[in-house]
Amino acid sequence: MALNESEYITLAHGAGGKISRELMDKVILPEFGNPILNELHDGARLELSGRLAFTTDSYTVQPLFFSGGNIGKLAVCGTVNDLAMTGAVPRYLSAGIIIEEGFPIKDLRTIAHTMREMAEAAGVAIVTGDTKVVGRGKADGIFINTAGIGELIEGVSISPKEVRPGMKVLLSGYLGDHAATVLAGRHGLQLPDYIKTDCAPLAQLTQALLKAAPHTAVLRDPTRGGLAAVLNEIAEASGVGVIIEEERLPVRPEVQGVCDILGFDVLELANEGKCVAFVPEEEAPAALKAMQQSPYGKAACIIGETTGQAAGQVALRTAIGGLRVVDMPLGNLVPRIC
Amino acid sequence: MGREQQRELARKLLDSITALAKKAGRPLRFMEVCGTHTVAIFRAGLRQMLPPGLELVSGPGCPVCVTPDSYMDKAIAYAKREDVIITTFGDMLKVPGSRSSLGAARTEGADIRIVYSPLDSLQVARENPDKKVIFLAVGFETTAPTAAATVLAGKQAALGNLYMLSAQKLVPPVMRALISDPEVKVDGFILPGHVAVVTGTEAFRFLETDCHLPGVVTGFEPLQILRSLYRLTAQAAAGEARVENEYGSVVRPEGNPKSRQVTEEVYEAVSVEWRGLGEIPASGLRMRDAYAEFDIERVLPLKAEELPPPKKTACRCGEVLRGVVTPRDCPLFGTACVPTHAVGPCMVSVEGVCAAWHKYGKGTFSYGIK
Repeated sequence: MALNESEYITLAHGAGGKISRELMDKVILPEFGNPILNELHDGARLELSGRLAFTTDSYTVQPLFFSGGNIGKLAVCGTVNDLAMTGAVPRYLSAGIIIEEGFPIKDLRTIAHTMREMAEAAGVAIVTGDTKVVGRGKADGIFINTAGIGELIEGVSISPKEVRPGMKVLLSGYLGDHAATVLAGRHGLQLPDYIKTDCAPLAQLTQALLKAAPHTAVLRDPTRGGLAAVLNEIAEASGVGVIIEEERLPVRPEVQGVCDILGFDVLELANEGKCVAFVPEEEAPAALKAMQQSPYGKAACIIGETTGQAAGQVALRTAIGGLRVVDMPLGNLVPRIC
Repeated sequence: MGREQQRELARKLLDSITALAKKAGRPLRFMEVCGTHTVAIFRAGLRQMLPPGLELVSGPGCPVCVTPDSYMDKAIAYAKREDVIITTFGDMLKVPGSRSSLGAARTEGADIRIVYSPLDSLQVARENPDKKVIFLAVGFETTAPTAAATVLAGKQAALGNLYMLSAQKLVPPVMRALISDPEVKVDGFILPGHVAVVTGTEAFRFLETDCHLPGVVTGFEPLQILRSLYRLTAQAAAGEARVENEYGSVVRPEGNPKSRQVTEEVYEAVSVEWRGLGEIPASGLRMRDAYAEFDIERVLPLKAEELPPPKKTACRCGEVLRGVVTPRDCPLFGTACVPTHAVGPCMVSVEGVCAAWHKYGKGTFSYGIK
């Protein structure tokens, strides 16, 4: 039986003809529409100034919809956050969408709507894009790629090379909420409603932070590989040691519970709306305050500091006062949660 | 308990342990025989906090690790058959056999599915009536009841295509074997909390009656482990040997007779091979004759040509599992054998001794800072 073209994506929706145009006009443009995109040129013509940051990421999460979000939210916030972590003000995004034949148009509409909401919240415009349809079984519902361009903030230099011993390590809130939500969904574990993905656009938070603490050395969002991966990457690239305090790490008991049941380490769980900042000690109080004033950084805290000892390594002071290495995650634990 | 209190209590326990270890007047070595304890000890950074002269060694506490090459070779050989679906816990995929691994077999096209409970195999069997579904039944006393329950459910449903490749093992017999091994020097045991839930503390009574060694059943929180060390050290200092229960909230003296009944209905204890330890009498489980129809090795034995010849490596997993050497003493540790390219199974499982040493202990951070 042929699919109803008004309810499900068919191969014709990707063939570039009238039906493709209908999908564009009825589903995509009503959500993403803006003067630059509406020109429907082969490419977007942009106004930008100064030094730029440019990034891209592809999103393949399963399940596509989860508590507090969906793949569209990830696709916008993930790329916005990658730009924000370079010390840039995100400006423009592209969206490349690969859809599997038979995908419900209602779901596509929901995803596009979420993307629009997130783009508005982040102050970016989706200015160019592409839609392709592949045959049934050739993709897992929908894959989204976004690329983004932002303008680097004057006078800010974000690089692990700027990290020195004696800096404070700040984290903008609870660890592991996103991964725990997705894992719980996948394994049929019931979590209370207030445990949901932390996915959020962090550009305003980082801009406020950089204003308060212009000598911030590094910003990173601990996505795949979690806090453990980010800290190890920074320690290795900067050649300083990092010590974090277990008792200062903000972890919700329910998220710890998911870790205990499924055998994960909360330090290795992906976050989609968190920021780690390495800030000089004297700017740390102002940086912390700036984070806490952001709606996405209320639970921000200082989790540790850098040291000249044990160059390139990350250690955790445990709740009972022991000290242990925090290793780089192997990267095979949680496939496709972002 | 607040964080301050926790740290304070830990400090007090450590002070007492230090005093008692001194009183004992000899170096003490305590062994944990549960992989969850191994990981918990590393995660808490407990080892480095202990006084000199008190050493923790890891025993054969991870079921994946004690599974011999020969078992993996059989599992891979069955997986390669056209009409077979293997169901297994995820850890087993990367365990190397003599020549290959299940993961490699899967890449080559074998149908191998990860399950979270043996009972999931029932569904796979129902959905694939033209295939033989073989569950890799690996584990200790804790997983045996669910494996047995799966067999019972399979019998009731008369599925006809559900099988087990069994490598179920028992903890008390391997402890006895270790104690009688002259190379193994141990002054007491941190006893496995989860296993004891099933077996009860009584299953470990032989420590005091036959071996004059202390043992303490405990949970997996750092403070629970510290308390068990306190009790072990106190016994060692007093020259005592008792089995004590620090996990009374969940472990009873008699254990869980109901779940043992299920296991005993399906399985009988037999002599089996342990990696690095060889054959140990009455240390494994085999399906009773009444359930032989579920035992793939009896229903469809492998032909000799389906199995590779045994292979020798420089891997010292065997000695590591007996606590005779630490992973650092193995020439392959951290070089040829790393978690992403494991040579021995102790590096594969997250609860494997080598994997825990590699993840939490390979750095030198601990030694530079107090």
